[in-house]
Amino acid sequence: MNALKYDPQICVQCETCDCLMRCQYMDFELAEAKAEKQKILAGQPSKVLSDCVTCYACEEYCPADNHPFYQIVERQEEQEVLPVPIPITKQQLRMMQARGTITPATVNKPVINMCFFPMLTGCVRGPLYENASLIVGSDIFCNIMWLHFGKNSVIRERLPRMIDNIWNFYLKDSGVKELVCFHDECYGTYTRLAPAFGMTVPFKSVHLFEYLSARLDHLKDQIKPIGAKVAYQRPCSNRLVPETQPWVDDIFQKVGVERVERRYDRGNALCCGQVFRAQQLDELADDVQQRNLDDMQKAGAAYCVFNCPVCLFTLGDAVAERGIFPILMSDLCQLALE
Amino acid sequence: MQYAEILHRCFRCGYCKLPGNYVDFNCPPYQAFRFETYSPGGRMWLIRAWLEKKIELTDRLQEIIFSCVSCGNCVAHCTFPKFKDQLLLAFTAAKEELVNGGRVPPAIRDCLTRLTQSGNAYGRSPKKREQWAQGIEIERFDNQDYLFFVGDVGAFDARGQEIARSVVHCLSKNSISFGLLGAAEISDGNEAHAMGETELFHHLAGENIQKLNALGVRQIITLSPHGFHVIKNEYPRLGGNYQVFHYSQILAPALQKATFRADLPPLRVTYHDSCYLGRHNQEYGSARKMLGAVPGLELVEMERSFQNALCCGGGGGNLFTGIIDSRLDTAARSRVREAVASGAQVLAVGCPQCAVMLADAAKVENLDRQLEVKELSEIVNSRLASQYSTNNG
Amino acid sequence: MKELYRELVTIVGQEYVSDQPEERYIYSMDPGTMPPAAPDLVVMPNSTEEVRRVIQVANRHRIPVVPLGAGLVLSGLSRALHGGIILDMKRMNRILEINEMSRYALVEAGTSQGMLQAHLKKHHPGLKHSAPDAPPVATIAGNVSIHGSGHLSHAHGFHSDMLNGLEVVLPTGEVVRIGSCATSDFWFARAPLPDLTGLFLGWAGTTGVITKLAIKLYPNYRINDVGVFVCEDPELVPDILHRMTGTQMAEDITAWMSPKPDWARGFLHCNINYGANSREELVWKRNLIRASVKKYIDRKIAGFMPLPTAMKAPFLDVPGRILTRFADVRKGGGFEYVGAIMPVELFPAAYRQGLEIAEQTAVSYSLGARIIGVNHCMMFFYAYAFNRADDADVARAQQALEETNRAVVNMGGIPWKAELPAQKEIIRKMDPNMLALMNRIRSVLDPNGIMNPGNWQVD
Repeated sequence: MNALKYDPQICVQCETCDCLMRCQYMDFELAEAKAEKQKILAGQPSKVLSDCVTCYACEEYCPADNHPFYQIVERQEEQEVLPVPIPITKQQLRMMQARGTITPATVNKPVINMCFFPMLTGCVRGPLYENASLIVGSDIFCNIMWLHFGKNSVIRERLPRMIDNIWNFYLKDSGVKELVCFHDECYGTYTRLAPAFGMTVPFKSVHLFEYLSARLDHLKDQIKPIGAKVAYQRPCSNRLVPETQPWVDDIFQKVGVERVERRYDRGNALCCGQVFRAQQLDELADDVQQRNLDDMQKAGAAYCVFNCPVCLFTLGDAVAERGIFPILMSDLCQLALE
Repeated sequence: MQYAEILHRCFRCGYCKLPGNYVDFNCPPYQAFRFETYSPGGRMWLIRAWLEKKIELTDRLQEIIFSCVSCGNCVAHCTFPKFKDQLLLAFTAAKEELVNGGRVPPAIRDCLTRLTQSGNAYGRSPKKREQWAQGIEIERFDNQDYLFFVGDVGAFDARGQEIARSVVHCLSKNSISFGLLGAAEISDGNEAHAMGETELFHHLAGENIQKLNALGVRQIITLSPHGFHVIKNEYPRLGGNYQVFHYSQILAPALQKATFRADLPPLRVTYHDSCYLGRHNQEYGSARKMLGAVPGLELVEMERSFQNALCCGGGGGNLFTGIIDSRLDTAARSRVREAVASGAQVLAVGCPQCAVMLADAAKVENLDRQLEVKELSEIVNSRLASQYSTNNG
Repeated sequence: MKELYRELVTIVGQEYVSDQPEERYIYSMDPGTMPPAAPDLVVMPNSTEEVRRVIQVANRHRIPVVPLGAGLVLSGLSRALHGGIILDMKRMNRILEINEMSRYALVEAGTSQGMLQAHLKKHHPGLKHSAPDAPPVATIAGNVSIHGSGHLSHAHGFHSDMLNGLEVVLPTGEVVRIGSCATSDFWFARAPLPDLTGLFLGWAGTTGVITKLAIKLYPNYRINDVGVFVCEDPELVPDILHRMTGTQMAEDITAWMSPKPDWARGFLHCNINYGANSREELVWKRNLIRASVKKYIDRKIAGFMPLPTAMKAPFLDVPGRILTRFADVRKGGGFEYVGAIMPVELFPAAYRQGLEIAEQTAVSYSLGARIIGVNHCMMFFYAYAFNRADDADVARAQQALEETNRAVVNMGGIPWKAELPAQKEIIRKMDPNMLALMNRIRSVLDPNGIMNPGNWQVD
């Protein structure tokens, strides 16, 4: 039920093994990478399973879209190679459990899906979100985070209900068939993860940045260019949907900011490190965060623009301590409209 | 009694007695009396005990209930989020029970009588309400941009009258278009409301609303934060819907374009956040912006400022009833000592009630030579360029 | 009583004496479950001299005297069990001296935790004291005199360990300085003189009135952080604590176990608070602490919660507000707790006992343990919330408290700041010679038996 859809033969025949060779956190010679890949395919123990920091990047690196990261997670769960200590995992599972309190509501386009980030509903305001409906809550939580915990089984168990909830409680009876995903992870869930597990998604997902770009076009006469240099913190979830990256430059151009050229951006982006802390890899988290922040500071960024709320919660204070203003992409657009 | 359901939830933890930075006690009646009975927690427990007939309603209990000056420090700093917002409402409801039962301290009774009979807390003739404006040219309201609401203290107290004249001078100098209700104005009703005399409040507010609506008033500038608070927050449900401003909110932007003298010595000023502008309505910036517009002023903050400000003790009708003033140490006295400790030469206020309370306290503390209590516009006016004209014309 | 009233008025002034029903009502109880015991008078002195004169008058009239700080002991120790005078010390709240070099604060007995904290923050930001998690109005003297503990207790012991000296008024009216202050202008230590402070610590105010005290201050780190270590098996906790405390890197280690929020239920959390003056130092300390429990992390059976900055904030608050807010869990403004001072090896048994009692009595509970010293002992707390407007709920909490006190004593622990029923349990198990010595000392110090009578007495 909901088996992972991938073709092992593609991996067997792959010459470049990009998923492992381009990994930012593990170093391989090509022969070794291929050998470890074979072990993963065969369901045998592999050091990749214990050393993977779950940054999602290999999903982007694989030229065949053959879900190398989801494969790793499958094997981690099968072989009980746990990225995160058991009590932490259990707590997180409970924290993010659906409360079952969802009630039907009529919505209209644009429907902004805030997933389970009620603390950010204040972002949805003003002309940028004119006439928007907003949905939020534990009963529509996308559940993609369990990839970090080696728990594909939880995704299989919980995600179909979330999809049903969104469709049956909000969209279907309102006659709306699409929603805007405020968080990149939700967009990745409904456009990539769900299909990879054979789950049907009856609605269309629009990436927040696509939505913002269109709104900025509509409100272009009200834009006052910000005129600042910004660094962009690309989140791990965006690795699932790399085709959305051009929207970032598009928005930056429209609000009048300059994206600084820096080392840890775009394909070489670094994880915010919060997941590493859950994996008890504090020193790795420190290192990754330091390199990332040094990089932003050296490039002269005045703002660090975040896509992902978790990245913001994790890095926001550290960024501010460096004299760089942390801001979500949505709020950057609001700034240009003030 | 309304809000009786929260009384038993008080843990008497004492957070309500303190400001957020814990520097000193911040509840005026507790500071004055020091018995636990006069703290918000003690009051909560006593009201409950009285409602449950565990204790009698004595004169002292009446005093304890009416000693609350409605400063809102307890609301701001109570650590229990689920009912903190109702603390002051519960105290006012208890006062209302006493008023309705005719069991109030004599000073409260007398103040309410004056309000009822004369439409002001001083018991003066309503015809004398305009006396403060004698000798200065101010128009009656006739479709100017704003109606200027003077309030009782500005109209009848000698110091309040000085302040009223100073504020209108400053407004005029900055080309603000306003007019007065004149003798038709009566008490805004805030003190009646705070003292639990709801019926009287409705009467006073109703009278004002009738006149304001008849004149087509849309925007009001108040002299007093007390008037600002009640007209903004309580008049709408009685049919009085206006855009309401404290004068500092109008003058702050206007003064950015004013011209000031450059020949005066620098002055170190500290600003006292009045409760009805600050804690109750979250307006902490306008007065500071007014002062910030004046060159040569150095603004220093007292340890208890913004949401932590210590009330002058004049609220809840105490300016007129003196319920907590009989004590050896009062909030106002503590406040002026704090102002001196900040290094300020001037204690700036944006409320005529605060001005009266704090100036009196400075005298009692023998600090009136070290510290001048001045109202915002007085400070501004003293430093405006003599040939002043603004870009406003 | 009228004569007594007049005499007290001449000492402290009319404003600061009350025999009125309102004061007698409020001062008859604290926010815990103990039934009311009303005083005849409440008196608020402003100086040691006033305290001395009040005590002399009380002795002459043979009227009980109960010293009172903020009244947050919750076990009813500041009730006037036999009537008499409640001596509300909070007007005596002056901070007399902060000695930076020798790192101590000399304060009057009514000085609150919050005011000292604020004073140090403003005037001596390099120093801090060990604050309990009681609300900031709690007095320093009150907490020290009951052997309280707080945010520096893992590093430096009970708050009574941090005491440098006392000024007390004996029940017979003499004013005595104890510690180095007895012979020196400096209040730097209790040694090397005979340590008489012990006559006033843990005695529930039955041996005299503390009027001044000096407490040690400690360096205030520039940067502070907290880690929360989580496991599911209580049997692991003593070793976890032993290992973490052995690094001596932290200032405060407190375990907590609560059924709410739901994600916390069934898990044991150890909060480790530590500080440093630089990021490098902070990371080094963090790494040492982590390394001490590596064996559990490697086995994946325990780990540190990944906490973003905003989630850490409540755990870094001093005092913490979480415990105070527990009082509204039953929407009833009440909680009381048994603080069991016991060896850390009793943790699993103490924990299981708490769960059992909570289940049997159906109370809302929260459990935890603050580590004192380098695993030298712990203050294991069993907190029970109640709705004070519901007599049945109060009774349930009382029952839970009584059973807990009994269980603690039977286990080999000792309830801290014990309420009357718990005192009886302790006496039941106490070395009779110790009790006899306590009584001898009290009879010498307080021949008329005026100081907080009714406490620590055999039926």
